[in-house]
Amino acid sequence: MIANLAFYLFSFILLASAVMVVTSRNPVHAVLFLILAFINAAVLFLLAGAEFLAFILAIVYVGAVAVLFLFVVMMLDVDFTAWREGFQRYAPIGALVALVLFVELAVVVAGWTIAPGASAARMFPTPDNVTDTVALGSLIYTSYLPLFQLSGIILLVAMIGAIVLTHRERKRAKTQNLAMQHARRPEDTLVMVSAKLNEGILPEKETL
Amino acid sequence: MILIPLSHYLVVAGLLLVIGIFGIFMNRKNIIVILMSIELILLAANLNFVAFSGALHDMVGQVFTMFVLTVAAAESAIGLAILVIYFRNRGSIEVEDVTLMKG
Repeated sequence: MIANLAFYLFSFILLASAVMVVTSRNPVHAVLFLILAFINAAVLFLLAGAEFLAFILAIVYVGAVAVLFLFVVMMLDVDFTAWREGFQRYAPIGALVALVLFVELAVVVAGWTIAPGASAARMFPTPDNVTDTVALGSLIYTSYLPLFQLSGIILLVAMIGAIVLTHRERKRAKTQNLAMQHARRPEDTLVMVSAKLNEGILPEKETL
Repeated sequence: MILIPLSHYLVVAGLLLVIGIFGIFMNRKNIIVILMSIELILLAANLNFVAFSGALHDMVGQVFTMFVLTVAAAESAIGLAILVIYFRNRGSIEVEDVTLMKG
């Protein structure tokens, strides 16, 4: 009963904040509503029994991805008055596509049953006596290890790509030229002069 | 474990997907909201995976959700990087201006 109530409450907030993401005038507000939507989706994950993914969603998405969106929105000096142009122009076609898609999904959800052999076709049934994190960890580090490593490589490639794309050389910055430093020889810059006694070396006699 | 009927999750995820697609159509002027709409669509897919995983007592749905989260995070990072350099070059982020590669 409590779970049902929580489900309806949080799914309502999720859908309402998703609508606000799409329609809000200020993009900063849109990002903040996106964070709210992610938090509520994390609660729905919890209600479905996926605790680890709920915390991943709260930590990774709210903590990293949504904050990245927030940084970009605040960093780009975008004209907010021209932001909403074309909203009315595309509203009918957007509403039409959304309505058609929703009707199709409603037809699917209405006439849908679980196949009789579905529970027999499960690959890794959820173990009963361990927590969700233990079950997920013992799966991704054994059977799904290659895919798990591959997803790490995807993140690495994305990180390198983002850095390469947005990095720019600053013209006035004083940086080291390592090749020039390594190619430097002592005989290019250093001269050994034998100084006579009581005479010293005059600066203009230096041969460089 | 699951107390909520599966069809409720499916309805919520379907509505979330529809809202995301509607957002892509509505916000033709800025790529940021389109990227956020894509995040909403992927969240709807994840919600479906997790709901089926809970209803069928199968862990594979949650494993796949993790992979979808990974790809979504990489996608939004790259998309925002492209957005930043596009804004640096053109001074606007309007989708309809992106006609540089037209022949």
